[in-house]
Amino acid sequence: MGAREFSIETQDLTRVFRVKRREARGQTREVVALDRATLAVERGELFGVLGPNGAGKTTLIKILATLLSPTAGTARVAGVDVVENPWEVRRHIGMVSGGESSGYGLLTVEENLWMFSQFYGMRSGEAKKRIRELLEVVGLADRAKTKIYHLSTGMRQKMNFARGFLTDPEVLFLDEPTIGLDVQTARTLRTFTRGWIDDHPDRTILLTTHYMYEADELCDRVAIIDQGRVLACDAPAALKRGLQGEAVFRLTVDGDRDLGPLLGRVDGVQRFAHAARDGHTELDLILADENALVPVLTAIQGAGARLLSLEKREPTLEDVFLRLVGRSLTEVSEGGGEPPR
Amino acid sequence: MGEARMGHGERVTARPSRLAESWRSLKVAAWLGWQIESNWTDPFLFAVYSVVKPVAGALILVFMYLVVARGGLANPLFPYIFVGNAFYIYVNGVLLGVSWAVIDDREHYGMLKYLYAAPLNICTYLVGRGVAQTAIATVATAITLLFGVGALGIKIPPGGVDWGLLAGALVLGLAALAFLGLLLGGATLLTARHNYFVGQGVAGALYLLSGVVFPLDVLPQGLRWVGKSLPVTYWLEAVRRALLGDGGNEALRALPTGTVVLILALSTVVLAVASVLFFRWAERIAHRRGLLDMQTMH
Ligand SMILES: Nc1ncnc2c1ncn2[C@@H]1O[C@H](COP(=O)(O)OP(=O)(O)O)[C@@H](O)[C@H]1O
Ligand SMILES: [Mg+2]
Repeated sequence: MGAREFSIETQDLTRVFRVKRREARGQTREVVALDRATLAVERGELFGVLGPNGAGKTTLIKILATLLSPTAGTARVAGVDVVENPWEVRRHIGMVSGGESSGYGLLTVEENLWMFSQFYGMRSGEAKKRIRELLEVVGLADRAKTKIYHLSTGMRQKMNFARGFLTDPEVLFLDEPTIGLDVQTARTLRTFTRGWIDDHPDRTILLTTHYMYEADELCDRVAIIDQGRVLACDAPAALKRGLQGEAVFRLTVDGDRDLGPLLGRVDGVQRFAHAARDGHTELDLILADENALVPVLTAIQGAGARLLSLEKREPTLEDVFLRLVGRSLTEVSEGGGEPPR
Repeated sequence: MGEARMGHGERVTARPSRLAESWRSLKVAAWLGWQIESNWTDPFLFAVYSVVKPVAGALILVFMYLVVARGGLANPLFPYIFVGNAFYIYVNGVLLGVSWAVIDDREHYGMLKYLYAAPLNICTYLVGRGVAQTAIATVATAITLLFGVGALGIKIPPGGVDWGLLAGALVLGLAALAFLGLLLGGATLLTARHNYFVGQGVAGALYLLSGVVFPLDVLPQGLRWVGKSLPVTYWLEAVRRALLGDGGNEALRALPTGTVVLILALSTVVLAVASVLFFRWAERIAHRRGLLDMQTMH
């Protein structure tokens, strides 16, 4: 065939929420959660949507999963318009939201999953076999017969993850699937996700995350979004290559300092982000080229700060985000550090 | 574009019908409802909670009539009240069973959004969620009636009961209650948790307006008309005629039993159409406002 098939297509997808103003009774304020987002995800892709908290990731997934109407624009999933024919869309999709502990507490892990499979008309025996396999994957095999009100939030999240894959959906939406999970579990789920899409080239996964490492390591292509807008969309390597002409440095200086105003005045400094760490200040700099480093160091010395370390780095998606938005991804995501890998 | 559609078409051909999906939704929901209702570690506690409680509720009202109102067992109003109370157990079971599933799934279990993203018919799902409570209500109603016959001398001779009428009325009446539950469920989609009370308010209004404990005749003119337009009124009238041989409402005495059943059937159909339309409308609003995963617990 060779022709490109899009599993997910959005055109100028926009969602505006009206929220009540606290200050003024009766008045409303508009929040643009998604701002003319246009995306095309090919069949067989593991597509990442990377953005800080509040970027509009969940809103995008809710619209694609037929849970929320868009204010403007169109979206098609598995070739079907989500507004015109939501019932048809639902036959092709699966959805998992991370960071929540949904499920029927009085049912066991196995029963929760089995019940869900029955809504899709799966044969009971086949469903039970798949449930066993998936519970093995997420490390819940020994909890199959446990009522889920006995389970921790993390374990319920693992069960939910399994639920997403259980029905073998054509298009699967994973909304921050590893948020809040321990490092080991998160890694297991990522490996499984990657393996699943590799084994099922006719399936498609759209995964949102605010972990730049997750997007980089896992996804075939990544859309970077902020404040509802798609700022860039490409393979992680290509996004990083876009910064090749520029030089990325990480500097540590002593003390907790605000060097912002100072660095803003230095020629050749494209973007910078700084964070306090262990009583020092860590600076990430994107410079037009390496020559700009000398004036930066001069300026820092002039401010009386002492340089503790200096490192030239390969660009990461974090730098791509910084370049595009002018803020660092971790800075704007609350509680937001990258988890250890 | 054409190619993209063709590619997906392969899978689409195997698609199940809406009817099959609706039936599945009902079946699985009934299973779930039963698991939730019966999931007591102690079967004795389960029996006490689900059967003894409604029976006691019905009997308390009967004893209030006997003691507080100093009504007599021989008063023709007594069987009227007794049967009304026994069958009112269904109102709580079915009506609230169906409509509260919306709040429970949305806020307690956090599952409503996953149900909405799945290929199921949410209307038959909600009705299915009420099936277990309907079964439990049936046991409770039967026990209440047996107690009335055995201990309080209510005369329901098995040979004198019109079983066909009873069965027909029961099916129609339970359908009417289920659709009323759906109507309430639609309202619940749009509102916060406090809709628990709205459900009880509706159940209470039915108690007063449908001739559960006192005949329509004692209602003021305006309210009597409200009562006369409710299917539950005709349901109870038909049930009383089947069990006691007399409906007890002067206002309906002129109607032949066939007409009572016909009105019950027609009003149930009208209610069904209105409920489904209202529910679909509420759904659209909920989609527009993003209410399907609303959390109003705290
Ligand atoms: N139901 C809602 N009502 C009002 N504002 C909302 C609602 N849902 C999301 N928002 C707002 O829309 C923006 C995007 O939210 P969301 O899609 O949840 O972002 P993300 O998932 O990337 O963290 C945020 O500013 C958020 O406050
Ligand atoms: Mg989110």
